Amino acid sequence: MISKDILLLIVLAPLIAAAIAGLGGARLPRVVAHSVTIGGVAIACGLSIYVLTQLLGSAATFNENLYTWLVSDGIQMNIGFMVDKLTALMMVVVTSVSLCVHVYTIGYMHDDPSYQRFFSYISLFTFAMLMLVMANNFLQLFFGWEAVGVVSYLLIGFWYTRPTAIFANMKAFLVNRIGDFGFVLGIAAIVFYTGSLDYQAVFAAAPSAFDGKTMQILGSMEWQAITVACICLFVGAMGKSAQVPLHVWLPDSMEGPTPISALIHAATMVTAGIFMVARMSPLFEMSEVALSTVLVIGTITAFSMGLLGLVANDIKRVVAYSTLSQLGYMTVALGVSAYGAAIFHLMTHAFFKALLFLAAGSVIIGMHHEQDMRKMGGLKKYMPITYWTCLIGSLALIGFPGTSGFFSKDAILEAIHESHNPIAGVVYWFMLAGVFITAFYSFRLVFMTFHGPERFAQNTQGHMAAHGQDAHHAVHKDPHHQDEHGHDHHGGTPHESPWVVWLPLVVLAIPSLIVGWLTIGPVLFDDYFNGAIQVAHEHNVIGHMKSEFHGPTAFVIHGMQGLPVYLALAGVVLAWFLYIKRPDLPAKIAASLSPLYTLFVNKYYVDDFNQKVFAGGSLGLGKLLWKVGDSTLIDGIAVNGSARAIGWLSGIVRHIQSGYLYQYAFTMIIGLAALLAWFLWL
Amino acid sequence: MITLQQGLLLGGILFALSAAGMFLNRKNVLLLLMCIELMLLAVNFNFVTFARHLGDLNGQVFVFFILTVAAAESAIGLAILVVLFRERKSINVETLNTMKG
Amino acid sequence: MSVIDLLFYLFATLLVGSAVGVITARNPVHAVLLLVFAFFNSAIIWMLMEAEFLAIVLVLVYVGAVMVLFLFIVMMLDINVAEMRAGFARYAPFGAIIAILVIAEIASVVTLKSTTVPSIAPEAGVATNNTRALGELLYSQYLYPFELAAVLLLVAIVAAIVLTMRHRTGHKAQDVAAQVAVRAKDRIRIIKMASETKESPSESGGQP
Repeated sequence: MISKDILLLIVLAPLIAAAIAGLGGARLPRVVAHSVTIGGVAIACGLSIYVLTQLLGSAATFNENLYTWLVSDGIQMNIGFMVDKLTALMMVVVTSVSLCVHVYTIGYMHDDPSYQRFFSYISLFTFAMLMLVMANNFLQLFFGWEAVGVVSYLLIGFWYTRPTAIFANMKAFLVNRIGDFGFVLGIAAIVFYTGSLDYQAVFAAAPSAFDGKTMQILGSMEWQAITVACICLFVGAMGKSAQVPLHVWLPDSMEGPTPISALIHAATMVTAGIFMVARMSPLFEMSEVALSTVLVIGTITAFSMGLLGLVANDIKRVVAYSTLSQLGYMTVALGVSAYGAAIFHLMTHAFFKALLFLAAGSVIIGMHHEQDMRKMGGLKKYMPITYWTCLIGSLALIGFPGTSGFFSKDAILEAIHESHNPIAGVVYWFMLAGVFITAFYSFRLVFMTFHGPERFAQNTQGHMAAHGQDAHHAVHKDPHHQDEHGHDHHGGTPHESPWVVWLPLVVLAIPSLIVGWLTIGPVLFDDYFNGAIQVAHEHNVIGHMKSEFHGPTAFVIHGMQGLPVYLALAGVVLAWFLYIKRPDLPAKIAASLSPLYTLFVNKYYVDDFNQKVFAGGSLGLGKLLWKVGDSTLIDGIAVNGSARAIGWLSGIVRHIQSGYLYQYAFTMIIGLAALLAWFLWL
Repeated sequence: MITLQQGLLLGGILFALSAAGMFLNRKNVLLLLMCIELMLLAVNFNFVTFARHLGDLNGQVFVFFILTVAAAESAIGLAILVVLFRERKSINVETLNTMKG
Repeated sequence: MSVIDLLFYLFATLLVGSAVGVITARNPVHAVLLLVFAFFNSAIIWMLMEAEFLAIVLVLVYVGAVMVLFLFIVMMLDINVAEMRAGFARYAPFGAIIAILVIAEIASVVTLKSTTVPSIAPEAGVATNNTRALGELLYSQYLYPFELAAVLLLVAIVAAIVLTMRHRTGHKAQDVAAQVAVRAKDRIRIIKMASETKESPSESGGQP
């Protein structure tokens, strides 16, 4: 049985741990800070797994309001939990990845002076994400939504003395805010038509509440109300899950420490949008236009962001673009109503992407905070554990048969293929191209980092010299700590990271390999999401696929007969060719295709556009309002101007005060005469 | 019988005359003070007329007090005039404009 | 038209005439004397209106004291008469217009709007002494204001003296209080001296 207390404990354990670590701050010993937070997240993880097993058994979905915050105009605003299998899946994913990241952070942030603050933030994030996925009403969803945005802001700007970090966290928050604006409009539309914020009430009332209702947008165009509501909700998802054009914050968010890139920007926060659309499947199913919009945006994101991964040289950037591209895949799955496939891919992606980020972090530590792949190479023999786990993650990412990524990606591609959506055909070709590109940049990363000649020797010397002024590592306080950063190795040789760093990598590699095999049947095709996700009959691509599913082995064999596997293989071969066999070629290709190369390197100029038009425009507007509106109009004319006008008027009026008594008497008499005349004759 | 209208009209005429005298006078502070006395006289006329016609003696009591006040006021006014003359050696009203705005 | 009316018109005419004269007189002494004349006329009119006490008080107090004071000042101040008259003629028409306007307005108020005030004729046969009646009223109902008026007059006296007093230097005056307060020891000092003897004739030198 799932009890209220267990769920409360799941949510509150990380929160209390975060509070302890946060309020204790630097006064708290490091051991206490990380033990408390890891303990809190471990409790949450253990209990989440328990809840999932209960649900897989015979327990019923838990849906209860815990506390009524306020009732206004008939709309109840509560705190409550809805835990069905979809939620339980998300809870397990969030808490397990969070736990791995917590352990990893012990090693990664060892030398950081704000150690306790970091643990507090990542525990706080876990709390916020749990509130988001366990919500049973839109308001709590929005609370969790905003809270993860805030913690993401805090974490991206963790090293707040760096101007690039501050720029990045502001950018993330503002772009998220734009998404949130759409999200709030969507929630408002839902409340307007159905009169409730509660999921169950809304889903029950939606078909009749939205039936035939239209809205006038942009003048004379009539839109279906449900379409508008769903598109607005999706705008929120676009912000949070970094779909084009609100994707610009994710690459910049790599300014934050690598653990949070793994936790937030790979596994959990960015998947909140995907989760939300899946949760709102009853609503999205009512609007074909909304689904098509989702499909188009997802395709654009998946394809264009993959291309940018080809030219990035920062190891974290490549993984970031990969995340953006995979989020696009999930969105496309949502667009063809394969919600289960999207969530399945979300789960597998969480594992292998977190793994890839953490592996990148391990490489960065090993390379003394060098992040440029052009200065790496041949690390395989220095960092074997990192290499093998990274390789596993990359294989999962490209969809190597048998890995979890293979199952989820192929499921999505099959779903697109089966869909009746008019543009699904075009989408399918773009997605296939995406598979090739994904394989290419993934193995570009692997080959440039771990294979080939060692390009780091001369650079780490210089890096060591500059180490004293390194902004991240202030003081080496602990003389007897485990040597994670190789400060004794003044030869500049990279080395394997300590066990607190590679253990999470191993722990994450395991599900990257096997979770797909084990769960594709139950999760995707076995009524796992019954009740949680609703699909209209004509969109039911997964139902269609189910009829052709004969178990994971058969799926693998079927997949190996299809195009995606060979495209992936082709991508790997090309990467080997360009980066191992003929490393001089990439530069030549870039030179010959230089307009395209420049376009990619400048990220399609979207950032520049935003900076000039939106940011510049806002600044310009602000300046205009300040100079003209405030200074000239209000201060100059209204305030000072009225004062000057009064002064001018007084200068004229004071001549009445002549100082001569007889003139005063005269004025009095004139006044008297006038008053008398007024009362007598008027 | 002196009617009410006659008495009031007389008071009014005196008042208007003294007011005219006040502002036509530009040279003599003393004349100003005399016009004030005339104004007070006009007001007294009103009171006496009303006292007579309403049979109410309160009007005459008020005249009594007005006379007292007028006497006090003219005494002080003349004292000021004397001091002014000592300082300025002239009682020209046109020179008294130091209070102008 | 009864005798009273006739008398009223006569004295009213004189009153108005003398008022005009006060305003327009060239010589300030003439102006003051014309004002005195105006007060006399108004006193007579008040008597006609059965305010005898006030009429007498007007003459005694106002004319006797205040106007005399005015005359005093006029005589004391060395006024340049000729200079006084310049500029009058320029503004006269304007002033006349305003005065006539005000009179017209007051007249219309008085004649048009005051017809409803009842006129109470005095009771015939009852011997009323205006002074007595006024006294009774003044010392009973208006006692407090009466005393205040007295204080006001005191204040006026003090103010007038304070304003115009100036100390002349080198002026000798007797300070009677100081004189009376003198004690013998302030004026006389007794010195004990040894009496003159025959052995020292040089000091006294044959004085008896």
